[in-house]
Amino acid sequence: MLGRTLREVSEALKQGLVTPTELCQRCLSLIKKTKILNAYITVSEEVALKQAEESEKRYKKGHSLGDLDGIPVAVKDNFSTAGIETTCASNMLKGYVPPYNATVVQKLLDQGALLMGKTNLDEFAMGSGSTDGIFGPVKNPWSYSKQYREKRKQKSHGENEDSHWLITGGSSGGSAAAVSAFTCFAALGSDTGGSTRNPAAHCGVVGLKPSYGLVSRHGLIPLVNSMDVPGILTRCVDDAAIVLGILAGHDPKDSTTIQDPVKPFTLPSLTDMSKLCIGIPKEYLTPELSSEVQSLWSKAANLFESEGAKVIEVSLPHTSYSIVCYHVLCTSEVASNMARFDGLEYGHRCDTDVSTEAMYAATRREGFNDVVRGRILSGNFFLLKENYENYFVKAQKVRRLIARDFVNVFNSGVDVLLTPTTLSEAVPHTEFIREDNRTRSAQDDLFTQAVNMAGLPAVSVPMALSSQGLPIGLQFIGRAFCDQQLLTVAKWFEKQVQFPVIQLQELMDDCSSIFENEKLASASLK
Amino acid sequence: MATPILRWCCPGRRWVFAGIGSVSRHGRGVPTGSTSSGKRGQSSVAQQPLITAQKPRKGEREWAAVVGLEIHAQIASNSKLFSGSQVDFAAPPNSLVSFFDASLPGTLPVLNRRCVEAAVMTGLALDCHINRRSLFDRKHYFYADLPAGYQITQQRLPIAVNGSLVYSVCVGKRQSQMVTKTAGVKQIQLEQDSGKSLHDSLRSQTLVDLNRAGVGLLEVVLEPDMSCGEEAAAAIRELQLILQALGTSQANMAEGQLRVDANISVHNPGEPLGVRTEVKNLNSARFLAKAIDYEIQRQINELENGGKILNETRSFDYKLGFMPEPNLPPLLLYDSGSLPTGTDPQQVINIDQLREQLPELPRVTREKLVQQYGMLPEHSFALLNEVGLLEFFQNVIKETRAEPKKVTSWVLNTFLGFLKQQNLAVSESPVTPSALAELLDLLDRKAISSSAAKQVFQELWRSKGKTPAQIVAEKKLELMQDAEVLEQLCRSTLEAHPQVVTDVKKGNPRAINKLIGLVRRATLGRADPTVIKEVLERQLSS
Repeated sequence: MLGRTLREVSEALKQGLVTPTELCQRCLSLIKKTKILNAYITVSEEVALKQAEESEKRYKKGHSLGDLDGIPVAVKDNFSTAGIETTCASNMLKGYVPPYNATVVQKLLDQGALLMGKTNLDEFAMGSGSTDGIFGPVKNPWSYSKQYREKRKQKSHGENEDSHWLITGGSSGGSAAAVSAFTCFAALGSDTGGSTRNPAAHCGVVGLKPSYGLVSRHGLIPLVNSMDVPGILTRCVDDAAIVLGILAGHDPKDSTTIQDPVKPFTLPSLTDMSKLCIGIPKEYLTPELSSEVQSLWSKAANLFESEGAKVIEVSLPHTSYSIVCYHVLCTSEVASNMARFDGLEYGHRCDTDVSTEAMYAATRREGFNDVVRGRILSGNFFLLKENYENYFVKAQKVRRLIARDFVNVFNSGVDVLLTPTTLSEAVPHTEFIREDNRTRSAQDDLFTQAVNMAGLPAVSVPMALSSQGLPIGLQFIGRAFCDQQLLTVAKWFEKQVQFPVIQLQELMDDCSSIFENEKLASASLK
Repeated sequence: MATPILRWCCPGRRWVFAGIGSVSRHGRGVPTGSTSSGKRGQSSVAQQPLITAQKPRKGEREWAAVVGLEIHAQIASNSKLFSGSQVDFAAPPNSLVSFFDASLPGTLPVLNRRCVEAAVMTGLALDCHINRRSLFDRKHYFYADLPAGYQITQQRLPIAVNGSLVYSVCVGKRQSQMVTKTAGVKQIQLEQDSGKSLHDSLRSQTLVDLNRAGVGLLEVVLEPDMSCGEEAAAAIRELQLILQALGTSQANMAEGQLRVDANISVHNPGEPLGVRTEVKNLNSARFLAKAIDYEIQRQINELENGGKILNETRSFDYKLGFMPEPNLPPLLLYDSGSLPTGTDPQQVINIDQLREQLPELPRVTREKLVQQYGMLPEHSFALLNEVGLLEFFQNVIKETRAEPKKVTSWVLNTFLGFLKQQNLAVSESPVTPSALAELLDLLDRKAISSSAAKQVFQELWRSKGKTPAQIVAEKKLELMQDAEVLEQLCRSTLEAHPQVVTDVKKGNPRAINKLIGLVRRATLGRADPTVIKEVLERQLSS
């Protein structure tokens, strides 16, 4: 049952094949079994069981709240959850229990979803590995998959397998791992420069970054307000569409959400491929791109072409400036957003009480890790009066050019852009930490952050396994607020590629019972 | 904890001088003459009275002072600028603090429509250009009573610009002549108020109250078009009246609803403007005038003695810059012509509609008073300067047949005099407009003399509830209507004072007054002096 998609399990709940409480208990048990992944910071067991009980009552009365009623979900630990600790994986917010729910969390709960817990991340979502939080790194479930282990055995003998575990990507690595390891059916991530799509690609799940302004940010602890978007991680495109349909829409508490009413997102099957135009941005073919990803990318383009779609090469000429501008804008907003963490109203406060300034300084030194402090420092440098024009204003101007690049391409008749999500498949943690956070982020956000600069919707869809047996995802980028069209194309692609299901038996040797009866489910899952 | 917060500890108790760290070129505040518009530059220089230092050491040097003002007015609104928290200054500490006000992570600002309307109305009343598109910015600084670490304000593109404030100052020997002046309004911007910190040095701790944090402020920046404390005070007074008439701010300085910072410099006429200093946190127009004049004199003395005016940097100014507020889209305003069709009227603000709703401004009210009642301009000012006085005056006028001039004189002299003496507001007066109207009627139809009227008024003040007629009857203050009795009294007075009669006949013009006085005393003040005079003259000439 746990291997199924959200839509399938929702159907099973409606038919009474499984109860919300059973489902909840199975997920909780799996969370315990997969503890080694470190996907969750907080497991809200009691809350989830209580919610399951309520949901069960509704199903018994025939008053189900909809597709999400009784469905276990997880939420990245940078969304405020009333009564549940929200840490951002930082000492600064350790022990902080928000008094309110983020709008997206509230919407999930209003639909009857069961909140399994809060997922791990890089501190304040600053990173691309989910390795830089105070609760330790998240391990990629694929490290323990049959597919990866078999390939490794062929290559190397006698090495300690456990020391070669892979990173999930980030910063929403906990959410990606939670969905990938079947501990929930959907998870919320956040996406500022690729933080949802990147771990989705590395963990073999679907990662959707909706259009900026479509989904409320109220309650999402910000990284970069002008780029942050709540992200959705699921096991298939249809599931992402269901969740987006519930989350999307105007929120009076977020003035940047669109006023227009939003319809539920149902995805039609693409029938007439000849009307579809796929753009391949030539600037995304960079030397750093691994040959495997590159060949899958061309294979995907050929697939569209062979099925009748028009596939053309396009140019986004300002692409190469994007990552630098992203860095300037990101750190500037970070410096501003982090100013509130002063130890006065909430969060960590140091013991120093010599003066208010000394208290601020010590609190912030103790509360933030080096990555956060480093970004605050550069951000404050860019915001200095004498630097503002030369850095911040310039970066904003280039940002506009980058956004215009996309507009031009879409105006030329392209419906959706097809690009890689990441340079390569997930790497082992030991390799990942050879570079610092900043270098890694610059590499890993290469294909993803321009989308955030332009506010466009994008989705990473897993395509195939690499020669090492690890997932590789490709990214589709759509027109602003054409999220439905984007997902429709992504769904068609997903159906064509038949990405394999992760084989996690080895990790869960001792809980084989859960998978015993899953043969039918697994078979139905591509 | 030793913090710079101390400065703000006791608003309303004292004012402090603090230099600011910006010469005109870099300052974000009031620009100097070189950057202000030509029109203003001229007027400000031309109208500057020249102040001569009291003890010039090297010859007679003339000094001109230049004063600019930055005013923060708390917007009269039920809720804060970006949150739904109530605004109430009497509430217990930290009882009106939303999650946003406390800057809980993840909370976002939502702009209060009422505050925007207040800014637009104020802009219109001050003849400003209203920007159809304005922007919000974050101004960063670390301060215990600024929870987010930044204040949301409108630094780059404020809601209103380029207006003017017309005000009047008293001149002449007896300060009885009014002269009209104009100060340019550089801009009006919406911004958040901070919380309040209280430093407890005994326990070495800082207490923070966030009730005020996030309350909407209008920052009004006046060009340096003023030249002395009195002009600044008059401009502030006029602005106060305008805000109160609009209802956009209660603008009570003592309660901190209107806070004024003044930028001051002195220079020799014809030479570039001098270095500015800032006087902050003044809690009344009178103190503002005093503080400005004191600072002008201090600067003159300093320069006369070969010294320099120094800039100091405010301790909390870390030179952290501004940044656009990313959580608020541009604020768009419309007029009837540009209003997009099919929009929810609740979601848009129509400037033309607000213009139509503008109440009468104090200047117009005063002009009307002058025209309608033939009042002296300074009397019209006096009527508006006291809260509720104009309404009181108009209510009296409505109910009495007495001449407006008479009413004006009674309201401004007798009535206001009593109020001032006892330090009462108009609303606290024991005398109602109807009572005064009735009293003036009695006077008008000569039922009582004006001295009796004063007595009645005093009695009205003392004993609430009695009507003037009752008091007149009780105290037997009505004028003597029996001509026969008056004739008799006059005759006996003439007979009793032959020497005075002789003086009159000799042509001493003052002698008749003595007789009138004697008769009045005999009537216990109940006879009209003009009537007495008539009778006496008739009897003397017969």
